Amino acid sequence: MTVAIHAEGLGKKYYIRNGSAPRYRALRDEIMAFFREFPRRKEAMQEFWALKDIGFEIAQGDKVGIIGKNGAGKSTLLKLLSRVTEPTTGEVRIRGRVASLLEVGTGFHPELTGRENVFLNGVILGMSRDEIRKKFDEIVEFAGVSQFLETQVKHYSSGMYMRLAFSVAAHIDPEILIVDEVLAVGDAEFQKKCLGKMQDISQGGRTVIFVSHSMQTVTSLCNRCILLEKGTVKRQGAPSDVILEYLGSGQESGRVDYELLGKSVGDEFVQLLFGEFLDCNGLPVIEADIRHPVKIRMGFRVKKKSATRYIPNFHFVVPGGLYAFVSSPDVSPELPPGDYVAECHLPGDLLNEGAYFVGLAMTSFDAGLVIHFFESSALTFNVRDPMEGSVGRQGYANVIPGVVRPRLKWVVEET
Amino acid sequence: MTYEVFISPNARRGVRYWRELWAARELLFFLAWRDILVRYKQAVLGVLWAVLRPVLTTIVFSLVFGKIAKLPAGDLPYPLLVLSGMIPWFFFANTVGESGGSLVNNSALITKVYFPRLVVPVSVVLVNFIDFMISSFLLAIMMLVSGIAPSFGILLLPGVVGVLVLLAVSTGLWMSALNAKFRDVQFVLPFMITFGLYLSPVGFSTTVVPEKWLWLFQLNPMVGVIDGFRWCLFSDAYPFNGYSLLYSFLFSVFMLTTGIAYFRSVEREIVDVL
Repeated sequence: MTVAIHAEGLGKKYYIRNGSAPRYRALRDEIMAFFREFPRRKEAMQEFWALKDIGFEIAQGDKVGIIGKNGAGKSTLLKLLSRVTEPTTGEVRIRGRVASLLEVGTGFHPELTGRENVFLNGVILGMSRDEIRKKFDEIVEFAGVSQFLETQVKHYSSGMYMRLAFSVAAHIDPEILIVDEVLAVGDAEFQKKCLGKMQDISQGGRTVIFVSHSMQTVTSLCNRCILLEKGTVKRQGAPSDVILEYLGSGQESGRVDYELLGKSVGDEFVQLLFGEFLDCNGLPVIEADIRHPVKIRMGFRVKKKSATRYIPNFHFVVPGGLYAFVSSPDVSPELPPGDYVAECHLPGDLLNEGAYFVGLAMTSFDAGLVIHFFESSALTFNVRDPMEGSVGRQGYANVIPGVVRPRLKWVVEET
Repeated sequence: MTYEVFISPNARRGVRYWRELWAARELLFFLAWRDILVRYKQAVLGVLWAVLRPVLTTIVFSLVFGKIAKLPAGDLPYPLLVLSGMIPWFFFANTVGESGGSLVNNSALITKVYFPRLVVPVSVVLVNFIDFMISSFLLAIMMLVSGIAPSFGILLLPGVVGVLVLLAVSTGLWMSALNAKFRDVQFVLPFMITFGLYLSPVGFSTTVVPEKWLWLFQLNPMVGVIDGFRWCLFSDAYPFNGYSLLYSFLFSVFMLTTGIAYFRSVEREIVDVL
């Protein structure tokens, strides 16, 4: 394994102003205060470590997703890696040419034409003029703005602008690509195109570091994940584990209670009360053995008497956004007002190893489909494979692909 | 192609820094090219601006200092005296003025991409040098019209322009770094520049300064540069003290070394304060 990035003891300290509420002050006082505080301005500030003692190693060709809540230090880490700002402590060693996209369209000038901006932006992102010239047609074609090359970009639609900007960035061809949320731009079609391009880039053996709020994108692009929390690495490893930890951080018991949360989910007919993931002993958990049966329970309240037949349904989604399956009961009787529990039994040896997100929904067919509520990813749980006695193992130790891994009847015989 | 990038609190020291700066030369030209393109986008207005400003100021100054105050200009036509002072002064003033805001104006770039920040104020100099060339062309035409041929001193002109550029770069460096840190600088700077216009021999010749105050007047490093500029063009017609240019040169070297040191200290934390 060749190490592409090695970080050690990385820390970044900022000074923030004291949050004390300002008293009423005249402008004269402000000026006076400026001079009084001037020589010791820093003392009036508070220290704040945006990142503290971060250490990790990224192998060449790794696609690493960096996730974490707002303020966890993701952007600061990217800024350090792309050298926009300097660390306060620690060091990073990087092998290979780095291109960082902290923003789409950095350095675009509205007064300049599309063609001029391609060159300007390219040079800013670290390409040489010859490189840009060589890739120019490709860039323009990808962005689909060839008719508007001589138009000033201030006349572009925001979609065209973003497409051109991303296109330049996508063609830098670096060994290490650092990307921050740039995929959150443009229309759906272009986003897909961007994702495709990102996948091409990452499959070319390049190292990609990617910050995103979209777990789907992270899981579909990354083979490793780093979870930041309050400026430290909380967990790193396989995306499904890390994402599970991240998503599960608010729900450690395997139960989410909407009444306790003070959240009202539902319409005037039915209301969602709680959701639970239970192991074979009927205890709420966040992890279950792959061989054991589990249960998903949903509590709901019917508020009104009506002839509507409510159909509870559970949506099982795996990281990456792929639907594993949707399940609902075969029969749904009329329910008088009251509190109910809907329970879905999943046999052992059905789900695959890894994380699942469960969406809790209530629908009815009453002159068309009515969705009374749909809490996507209401529950998260992990399926653990003990590697013994589980389906399809027999000593095979690698990841077994698939959204499910059911135990099926097999016959192998001589004919 | 494999090379190591090393990031640590003190990584940008020594040779590495200058190597990076050298590697960023293409970016330097592109930034300058961008500003030139934008400035001259409306070609007529852009060039007109570069020409009109010195011409109008020359007319006003010639009237005020030449006709009303009746200051002497030696054997030179007064407008020519003014214009030949105006051109280096404008270059200096515009460079310093624009450098002052350059880091803050390019903050969108600076907070998103890494490159040696020194490139930003230096590109300002390149842009203004184009203006300088255009107005110098104007001066050449005026000399032709007035029938004044340049003397052999013109061979020394590149040297004087060199000192001028050095002075503009170094002062610009100081101002850009100061303004990034203390935003008030951008309010003080225009005032200082206007003030400097009257403390430099732009609207008048150094000969009108009383002998006993000359040393004080020549503390302004632009005096040596402007006088040197005029001497190169008109030699006999314009008296010139070579020491004042030497002083300007030493002054600008001092400003440059301290300016770079200060700029680099600000550069380290610039992203965090922008």
